[in-house]
Amino acid sequence: MADLKIRDLKKGFEGHAVIKGIDLDVNDREFVVFVGPSGCGKSTLLRLIAGLEEVTSGTISLDERDITDESPARRDLAMVFQTYALYPHMTVRKNMSFALDLAKVGKQEVESKVNEAARILELGPLLERKPKQLSGGQRQRVAIGRAIVRNPKIFLFDEPLSNLDAALRVQMRLELARLHKELKATMIYVTHDQVEAMTLADKVVVLSAGRIEQVGSPLELYHHPANLFVAGFIGTPKMGFLKGTISRADASGCEVELEAGCRIILPRAAEASAVGTPVTLGIRPEHIGVTDAGAGSFDVTADVSERLGSDTFCHVRTTSGEPLTIRIPGDFRDVYGECLGLTLDADRCHLFDAEGQAIRPLMRQAA
Amino acid sequence: MLTLKQTRRVHSALIGLIAWAIALLLFFPIFWMVLTSFKTEIDAFASPPQFIFHPTLDNYLHIQERSGYLRFAWNSITIALGSTVLGLLFAIPAAYSMAFHPTHRTKGTLLWMLSTKMLPPVGVLVPIYLLAKQFGLLDSRIALIVIYTLINLPIMVWMIYTYFKDIPRDILEAARMDGASTLQEIVRVLLPISKGGIASTVLLSLILCWNEAFWSLNLTSSQAAPLTALIASYSSPEGLFWAKLSAVSTLACAPIVIFGWISQKQLVRGLSFGAVK
Ligand SMILES: Nc1ncnc2c1ncn2[C@@H]1O[C@H](COP(=O)(O)OP(=O)(O)OP(=O)(O)O)[C@@H](O)[C@H]1O
Ligand SMILES: [Mg+2]
Repeated sequence: MADLKIRDLKKGFEGHAVIKGIDLDVNDREFVVFVGPSGCGKSTLLRLIAGLEEVTSGTISLDERDITDESPARRDLAMVFQTYALYPHMTVRKNMSFALDLAKVGKQEVESKVNEAARILELGPLLERKPKQLSGGQRQRVAIGRAIVRNPKIFLFDEPLSNLDAALRVQMRLELARLHKELKATMIYVTHDQVEAMTLADKVVVLSAGRIEQVGSPLELYHHPANLFVAGFIGTPKMGFLKGTISRADASGCEVELEAGCRIILPRAAEASAVGTPVTLGIRPEHIGVTDAGAGSFDVTADVSERLGSDTFCHVRTTSGEPLTIRIPGDFRDVYGECLGLTLDADRCHLFDAEGQAIRPLMRQAA
Repeated sequence: MLTLKQTRRVHSALIGLIAWAIALLLFFPIFWMVLTSFKTEIDAFASPPQFIFHPTLDNYLHIQERSGYLRFAWNSITIALGSTVLGLLFAIPAAYSMAFHPTHRTKGTLLWMLSTKMLPPVGVLVPIYLLAKQFGLLDSRIALIVIYTLINLPIMVWMIYTYFKDIPRDILEAARMDGASTLQEIVRVLLPISKGGIASTVLLSLILCWNEAFWSLNLTSSQAAPLTALIASYSSPEGLFWAKLSAVSTLACAPIVIFGWISQKQLVRGLSFGAVK
């Protein structure tokens, strides 16, 4: 069992608030990923859970036990560091058995646990080597092995893959996903790579400036971002934003007049009094259609395109100067400087109020 | 005209020559001391100085007979070792706390510690002498061990602190997550990683203790006197006996030179093996 509950957690460094009140539940066997821009406090939050930093206020409890002031050694959590943090003077075997040796576990049990971890991570032939005789990927596996042998309640990872090259990162990402299933473990994982977040997580926690912006499954965040920050942060290329005002509103929907030069009716409930309030419309690159100039809802000027083979990312600018990115499957001719017409799929549009909070769509009538 | 290659060769020859000259200049006094120690007193005084003479061991025999070299050497060894061990016992925890748990006062504390080295020792001679007398520690090795520790502690803390600073915190935090207590963290992870740095600190402390002459001359007479006091005893009371003075100085220097020479390889190895990551 591993149920972690964080309540109103705050942390400041010399009076400067870094974590500004976090409430979060991590359930048993869940893979939770913290994402957010650099400096938003992801590592600090993880280190607070680990016990490597003292909390300023709030509580952390694990399986109903308050561990807020418990020493890291007695929390029964294991951590994998970005820099691997292997003991340079010990062999791989010793690195992995260190925690068990400290806990005075019997020789035979240590032996079998280390061998089991080495088998899972394919470290067998490297057991007698020192860390500096290993490649980056191998070191990372040893660091994970060191966590596995302890059979901790929760695994904590702080950007474990960011020091690896791109190919190895993809491979290790898959290995971590497999490990999570195989060990039936509870894991908390910090990253600023949203592909890692989307592919690994059961639950993504989006942080910004020491606060939680949204918690949800990867697809929930993708399809229903709660605010502008999450909408802009999740998804590559970024969601496009168009400024506008509500021009008509009734129970069946509301009409938004965009500065880009079109009116679009969205299935959103809005009071008649909402007419005239400024809103932001969000649209993902994959939900924009391209036609000839004048044939779409509004016209844009094409900027450069990025052709990846599978997709083409076409960057455009609206007449009001707002940038948009369009994802077009397959190859697309170079349209630099040309005028294009765009169509927006009203069902796929996101709408945000002046505070940046999402305005939820009307519930669809069951067909 | 010289070609580029020839110019280079001349350059390196010149630099080599200068290096040798400087090395010889530095080495010559020691060489002369050793040479003189094998002369008779008459030869030692001869003018112009003699390079060719009848070598004799008389001076060394005389020293052992008159003063018992080994007793002084033993005092030097125990005092140097005792003070170094005592120093490490304080310096390691101090450096650990400053390197890994710094506060906004840490930098100030470090500088303040170093500033104590600027006080001339003779300024505290009387109070220290009186204190030693009060505690019945005049002419005792304990007194010298404690005083040497106090003198060298700032340097030891600084040195160990700089070595600790280079060790990634993550490694110690990993040990803490693995269930290590602070003591286990230091003994099982930190010290093995920084053994090169600790070794050079130990070496420096030993050398400083071995060579210290001010306090040993002022606080010891016979029982606890180390080699520096022995040398001094040959320079003042009986007029100047160059050959015997040279012999006793050679005897005093020899152990630390040999020790330094042996540990040199160890040190270099320790330092390069300490490399992390
Ligand atoms: N020991 C510390 N003392 C003072 N400030 C700190 C300390 N540790 C972190 N901070 C500050 O707290 C903020 C959050 O840091 P944190 O390391 O948690 O960010 P992060 O989200 O992990 O960023 P990154 O993605 O770059 O790793 C930063 O502004 C940082 O300067
Ligand atoms: Mg971080």
